[in-house]
Amino acid sequence: MLAFLLRRILIAIPTVVIISVMVFGLQQLLPGDPLLVLAGEERDPEVLEALREKYRLNDPIPMQYLAWVGNALQGDLGVSLRTNQPVTELMAQKLPVTIQLALMSMVFALVIGIPAGILSAVKKGTATDYVANVVALSGLSIPNFWLGIMLILLVSVKWQLLPASGYVPPSEDLWQSIRTMLMPSFVLGTALAATLMRHTRSSMIGVLSADYVRTARAKGLAERVVILKHALRNALTPIVTLTALLFGELVAGAVLTEQIFTIPGFGKLVVDAVFNRDYAVVQGIVLVTALGFILMNLFADAMYFVLNPRLRGT
Amino acid sequence: MSQMRKAMIVTLLGATALTASPGVAKDLRIALQSDADVLDPDQSRTFVGRIVYASLCDKLVDITPDLEIIPQLATSWNTSQDGTAITMQLREGVVFHDGTPFNAEAVAANIERSQTMDESRRKSELASITSTEVTGEYEIVLNLAGPDATLMAQLADRAGMMVSPTAAAAAGTDFGLNPICSGAFSFTERVAQDKIVLTKFDDYWNADAIHFDSVTFLPIPDTTVRLANLQAGDIDMLERLNATDLTQANDDPDIVVDSAVSLGYQAITFNIDNGPRGDNPWGNDKRLRQALSYAVDRDALNQVVFEGAFAPGNQPFPSTSPWYNQSLPLEPRDIEKAKALLAEAGFPEGLELEIQVPNSTEPLAVMQVVQAMAAEAGIDIKLTSKEFATLLADQSAGDYTASQIGWSGRVDPDGNNHPFVTTNGGINDSKYSDPKMDELMDAARVAGSTEERKALYDEAMTILLDDLNRVFLYHVNWIWAYSDSMKGFTPYPDGMIRLENVTWEE
Repeated sequence: MLAFLLRRILIAIPTVVIISVMVFGLQQLLPGDPLLVLAGEERDPEVLEALREKYRLNDPIPMQYLAWVGNALQGDLGVSLRTNQPVTELMAQKLPVTIQLALMSMVFALVIGIPAGILSAVKKGTATDYVANVVALSGLSIPNFWLGIMLILLVSVKWQLLPASGYVPPSEDLWQSIRTMLMPSFVLGTALAATLMRHTRSSMIGVLSADYVRTARAKGLAERVVILKHALRNALTPIVTLTALLFGELVAGAVLTEQIFTIPGFGKLVVDAVFNRDYAVVQGIVLVTALGFILMNLFADAMYFVLNPRLRGT
Repeated sequence: MSQMRKAMIVTLLGATALTASPGVAKDLRIALQSDADVLDPDQSRTFVGRIVYASLCDKLVDITPDLEIIPQLATSWNTSQDGTAITMQLREGVVFHDGTPFNAEAVAANIERSQTMDESRRKSELASITSTEVTGEYEIVLNLAGPDATLMAQLADRAGMMVSPTAAAAAGTDFGLNPICSGAFSFTERVAQDKIVLTKFDDYWNADAIHFDSVTFLPIPDTTVRLANLQAGDIDMLERLNATDLTQANDDPDIVVDSAVSLGYQAITFNIDNGPRGDNPWGNDKRLRQALSYAVDRDALNQVVFEGAFAPGNQPFPSTSPWYNQSLPLEPRDIEKAKALLAEAGFPEGLELEIQVPNSTEPLAVMQVVQAMAAEAGIDIKLTSKEFATLLADQSAGDYTASQIGWSGRVDPDGNNHPFVTTNGGINDSKYSDPKMDELMDAARVAGSTEERKALYDEAMTILLDDLNRVFLYHVNWIWAYSDSMKGFTPYPDGMIRLENVTWEE
């Protein structure tokens, strides 16, 4: 198992390098001069030149890249062109926010998605199955931004139950923090729940028709035990992979959700940075996100060993 | 509109009520349309940044809603006979948030910082100051290269904001991470894209006029969400309400709506002589540009896109401005005249015009309406939508025929004209050049009296509205919406939120 994981880590290194080159290169392809916007409405040529010099934008692109990598290896991702704040500090501010959003959304997704998938697999072809499928399909089809704004209008403006937007750190006020995150994580979670539900359903249907399930039933085991212990455990492997991959989707979904609910997280940081041509911030975020994604996949790989003893021998 | 007027009366009544009962202290929460950039008056460039400064950093002088210059940190000023020196008397007993005293030395250090720091965006605004002389603890002389009628207006904005010289020297370009000024509120905390928190400064020279314990600025870009937050009571005030949300805000009895016509404008800028692309019918023949101007019904445009909330315009200033040339009013739409001008220019069948537009909702909606109107005169407008940074780069490089672009506006009329229409103007992306225009614009910069300047601008307008390197369309209205517990707010044409004498009554 250790050898397998080590091999995975080694494969990940070139991926990270390629990603960093791509991000750096793609950014240069973006049309428009970031400094024209940064220099202010008057666009004073003297200021433009001073800024180009300061941010090394006059250097050849490969030199800029190497300088960036050199600093990044020492943990220095540069400063934001827009606010002068160090990128690492910005990310340290934002990361916990998006992690909280992701975790809470995942809770929604798992709590809704997996039981709904099991239920509709077990009750395949019945009214329950159809209702679950329709709900799942709506979950996939309703755009996040629409659901988000509808919830704000109903829950916050009309019923005044939850705050409309914003963010409170859990360290400041845990209850308030959960309250502000409830709607955004629900919006983000439902879309994922739908995907999870569909996969759990098909995986469970496959497993439920397997011989060992029939055997378990023939042994006279309770239906609950058959489904949860025998069937679900085997159906879970693909779902774990999916859950890990969904974390990527979660980050992408967070971009929109954070925009609507004005949550100062990673997604909002990256969108604003792209629009403001805040090179250092975009590079830093993409690098860290890519690393996170790779780590999630490693984690999923490790989880297989935990869930499926047969793999431990390999 | 009548509802907005009603709202204004409510505010005025509130202001009278406040003399009877001093409002309760409160933490005020204000939603901004976007996040501010770096909080250093010398490096900063965004509009929302200036809204934060209005509470954080005092300036040498301020403006009235009618654009007159009034004292703030400078109590009085005299210009020498030849216009090359301004002597200022400074307010005594003022301290910066770090306890550093405010005096003539501090002013000198601030002007030097604005003029010499590499990253300073204020250099051109203070270019006319050649040196400063500290002639007393609270007296300073600004020596000028020549008369500069625009300087005082510059000192009423970021160029006149005073930062603590000790803090600035210690922090250098990182000053914006922990800005220290002398305004009514001091900097407490900033979480990028989340909030900027300011706390009441107890040693503020005008502390009696401040009735809030703290003010928090929250960037909330989505206009619907911004309004929802106000309606839910999560914020107390928002700036730049969308015109399309006016009805909803007006229908809410707990919300007050206020507005003021801005100092800026929205226009279509033409490439007259900026590189080879300037050599096209639209750049070469002013009659075509005049035809386009006649083809647009600006009132209808305002009604269709902005529900009538903005101000139609034909000059670089709104018609409410003291600088507007009243003898050149907005002419009604005249399709026949537009067609005649096209024919006269040799295009009786009409012709095509490519206009680049920023790819956001409002400019696109505006230009689609203009497109439809111009089509009736035979002008076939092709819209090319571009992301703002790209649009700006292409425009500055001359890679365009026409461009829909606005200007946020300046207190002094020079700012809305000189850089755009003089031969060496810094942002003359048209590369428009006319010796008479240069002469008038330069003369208006140095003219001694307001009457003289007004006459020069009036004359310039006659040329400008004939040549039309910019076809003006409308002026944005700043629209604020706030809780009816907030009393005494005054709308200013610069769009700032001034909290002096604003109170809160539950």
